[in-house]
Parts: sequence; structure tokens; C-alpha cells
Amino acid sequence: MNVTTKPALLDLARIRADFPILRQSVHGKTLVFLDSAASAMKPRAVIEAMSGAMETQYANVHRGLHWMSERTTEAYEATRDAVAGLIGAPDRHEIVFVRNSTEAINLVAHSYGRGIMKPGQAVVISAMEHHSNIVPWQMLRDAHGIELRIAPITEAGELDMAAFEALLADGRVGLVAITHMSNVLGSYTPAERIAAIAHAHGARVLFDGSQAVVHRRVDVAALGADFYVFTGHKLYGPTGIGVLWGRRELLEAMPPFLGGGDMISSVSYARSTWAQVPHKFEAGTPAILEAIGLSAAIGYVQAIGYEAIAAHEAALTDHALARLSAVEGVRILGRAQDRGGVVSFTLDRAHAHDVATLLDRQGIAIRAGHHCAEPLMHHLGLESTARASFAVYTTHAEIDALADTLARVREFFA
Amino acid sequence: MFEDLRDLYQEVILDHGRHPRHGHRLEAFDATAKGDNPLCGDRIQLWLKYAPDGTIAKAGFEARGCAISIASADLMAEAVTGRTPAQASALSARFRDMARSGIAPDDDPDLAGLRPLSGVHEYPSRVKCATLPWHALVAALDGAQEAGSE
Ligand SMILES: Cc1ncc(COP(=O)(O)O)c(C=O)c1O
Repeated sequence: MNVTTKPALLDLARIRADFPILRQSVHGKTLVFLDSAASAMKPRAVIEAMSGAMETQYANVHRGLHWMSERTTEAYEATRDAVAGLIGAPDRHEIVFVRNSTEAINLVAHSYGRGIMKPGQAVVISAMEHHSNIVPWQMLRDAHGIELRIAPITEAGELDMAAFEALLADGRVGLVAITHMSNVLGSYTPAERIAAIAHAHGARVLFDGSQAVVHRRVDVAALGADFYVFTGHKLYGPTGIGVLWGRRELLEAMPPFLGGGDMISSVSYARSTWAQVPHKFEAGTPAILEAIGLSAAIGYVQAIGYEAIAAHEAALTDHALARLSAVEGVRILGRAQDRGGVVSFTLDRAHAHDVATLLDRQGIAIRAGHHCAEPLMHHLGLESTARASFAVYTTHAEIDALADTLARVREFFA
Repeated sequence: MFEDLRDLYQEVILDHGRHPRHGHRLEAFDATAKGDNPLCGDRIQLWLKYAPDGTIAKAGFEARGCAISIASADLMAEAVTGRTPAQASALSARFRDMARSGIAPDDDPDLAGLRPLSGVHEYPSRVKCATLPWHALVAALDGAQEAGSE
């Protein structure tokens, strides 16, 4: 792993200048973008890496014997090293490129779930999962006779560790698949403890790092994870590329997910044999430009440094919690001790959609709805919430604008 | 602040959104249907009671959703009372056109009470909030349990 100590300081003005879109105005107002948890904006480094490849160095990968293909293959494969460095993966062959977190989880549900797990075993998820870490397991349950167990959360919005451990007691759990950070409540889960408990009961563990990896340094080896997934577009990278990391021996034991070109070793009509990992799981022409963009995004994040990012976002989150809870009628959901830059709330007088529309007219973009976490909403007794989420380019002034405008929204619906 | 939103959130809409007159289930009913907008979580259950002459005697609903969808459901319940199913169904089509285009022909007296909702056409992500109850209406009139989505 590549550990460099960086001062926990970040030059916000310079960072904002790196994101051209932040200069846009919306409805005649300066854009205040507080929806980065849905998808983050892209720094110029990413934009230029992708357009630069298209302008100067592009061809299909792993197949051409010509210069362009060789150079493009190098750039594509270099992203595997960048990702391995980012998340502390011991072996670059453990990095599988997929389209997004959703596809990564589906891959594991298919290739590990159907390929390795036996009917009668169980999968444990938590009560604060995104639909992408619910539905694939339901499909596995229905197709393969796997039981689906839900680990409850506490009233504060943290994983209930005692209840979680109890769910594993009968030794039938084959896999634990849990978010590393909730996209609704902002709660981080204690991944190291979860992994230790899972392993003590003979289960493997997958973490959905879609949100977590944006805000903090992740080290899959130190966490003791077996699988870790994330999605490029939330990490300032392009859409269309995501990552599955899995322990090599697990990936090697798993059957492929999709079949086609690039994932084979040999093909005849009688039978085909599979390529080595990770290529076994990368059927078809991959997201070449997107991988190049992801590399640039990782480089961008690492140049700023997770220490500085985490410190900045922790300060923003504290500020948001203080400012928003001081607005009359605002109720903040979840008060986990360990949390990232996502704050969900309701306003007493208005539905989240109405709140979002009014804020939008002031140039303030937030998310409103069920955040692809309907079961969690149901558990909270809500149909929807408003959510503000923060990124490396978010300012305290933007949070002030949100809080001040929310007070006016409440007056509007008086 | 928000002056430009007064076209969307007119007083009538805020009022009906806050205090719907027909926001309750009908204990005795002849038709009912559900409307669901899975993308945003809005949901409505609509009940209709017919008079002996076949016209709609009463409409009631339970809904969860934003001010626009509740106001639209409430104004709809008002607008369809006393109409035949065919008239109500035709009105639903005209309403949905208005919500999408913003055009409410002056010579359409039936749309008069619904005109405040025409402002929604400028907010593409909110048009469905206004039209959801009207889809549920068509489903109830057709004897379907659930509204088809757009
Ligand atoms: C916690 C979490 N998991 C999974 C996802 C799915 O990401 P994607 O849609 O890129 O697959 C998201 C993003 O919406 C998320 O926040």
C-alpha cells in the first residue's frame, strides 16, 4: 500500500477551479450542488484524460498487435494498478472492472451465490442497504434456495452488532453483504468487526463501498474483506465503470458471470475454457475510456489525499448538522457516531419533492425521494426524505445557503 | 424569494395540498384503483361511488405525496363528482394534456377549476405528480386495480 502523509489542508478555491461545471448557473442562480452522493462532478483531469485518449491514443484493448492497441491496453491495465493501490488490494489480478456497483454485486450474487453457495445457506444484508444490495440477493434467494436475512439497525442508524452476530449463530450464513456507508443515513459500518464476526462464523463478507470509498481511505486487506465493490461515477470518475475486488482464490473458484470475447482461453463448439482472473469476468470490449477516466479520478483524489478530504468533509458534515438542526421544522435522520458527508432530513410543512423544487429554483440541487432504499424508508416510517451530500468541492457557504433557504421554504408553506 | 414559483404553487394548490376535502377512503364504494409512481414513491388509492343514474356520486382518496399530487387528487375528486364515467375519462385525458403542455383552452369550462395545475408543465420532473391521480381515475373507471404508468 502506498501511504504518504499529506497535510490535512485543502485549497478549496483551487479545487473548485478544477471542476468546470461548478461555474454554471441554474435558473439564473449560482449552482449549489449538494447531490454528489448520487453522482459526483468531474474534475478537468478526468475530462482531459478521456478526451485526450480519444484524440491521441485509442484502439481496442487486449487484441491489437499495433501500437495504438498496445498503448491503450497499457492505459487500461494501468487503471487496475491504480485501483489496487487505492483500496490496498494485494494483487492487481483481483481487480475486476464492471459497469458500476450494481453490476459488481450482481456478479457476486451470480458467480459466488449460485456458483459456490449451496441451497439452504443464507445471505445477511442490513436494514440500510441500497436496492442494488437487496435485489440481487432476492433473486439469488428465489432462484437458488438461499435464505435472506436482514440485520437490523439501531434507532441511531447504526448496525445493531448484537443482532447481526445472532443472525450468524446457526452457521448457515455463507455471505454477509453490507454497506460500508449508508447513502441515506451517512452511517459508516464497522467493517473490520463485521468481517471478523462473519469469518468467525464461516461466512465471507462483501462491502458495498459505493459511498465509503469517496470519503475515506479504504484498505480491503486491513478490513479483512472478501469482496469490495464501488462505482466510478461517485468517485469523480465517469459513469459506466465500477470495480469488484475479490480475494484471488475466491475469484478463481467462481464460475464466470457473462460469456463472450475477452473472457475465454479457448473456444470450440464442444467447450470453452476461461481466461485467468480478472479477465474471466470481463466479457466483451470493456469500458476503455471510462477506465482511463477512472485512473485520472483516482490520481486526482490521491493528489489531494484522503486525510485532507476526510477532514474537510467531517467539518462540512458537522457544520451541516449544526445549521440544519437549527432550522425550525427540520428533522435529521440518523445520528451515527461514525458518519460520512450525507445528511437526510425532512421538513415538517412540506414534502421532500416540494422542498427540492423550491431549492432548485434557488440553484440548490439536493436529492429527494426514497434514495433507492425503500425498505429503509419503510423502517423509518417515511415515504421520502430530502438529502444533502458533500464532496471535496463543497463549501461551508453552500451549506449556509441550504439552511437559510430551507427556513424560507418553510415560510412559503406556512 | 420563490416569486417565480407562484405559478406552480398557487394558493389553491397550497390550500388543497394542505387541507384536502376528499382525502379519505369511502367505506361504501363501487370502484377503486391504486396509482404508484415507483421512481419517487408517490402513491394514491382512489375510491368511487356511483349514483343510481350511473354518474359519479362521490370520490375519495388516500395518498402520500407532495403538495402538487395531493392538490391534483383533491381537485380531481371535486371535478369528477356528478359526471358520467365517460365524461370523467375524457376529462382525465384533457387534464393530462394540459399538465404536459400547459395549454388549457379557455373554451373548456370543465378544466376551469383545474387550470391552476397547468403551471406544472414547466417542471418536467413534477408533471407525473399532477397526473398520477388521473391515471388512477382511469384505472378505477375501467375496473382495473392498478393504474398503468405513462
Ligand atoms: C450505497 C450505494 N450502493 C450502491 C449504489 C449503486 O451505484 P450504481 O448505480 O453506480 O451501481 C449506490 C448509488 O446510488 C449507493 O449509494
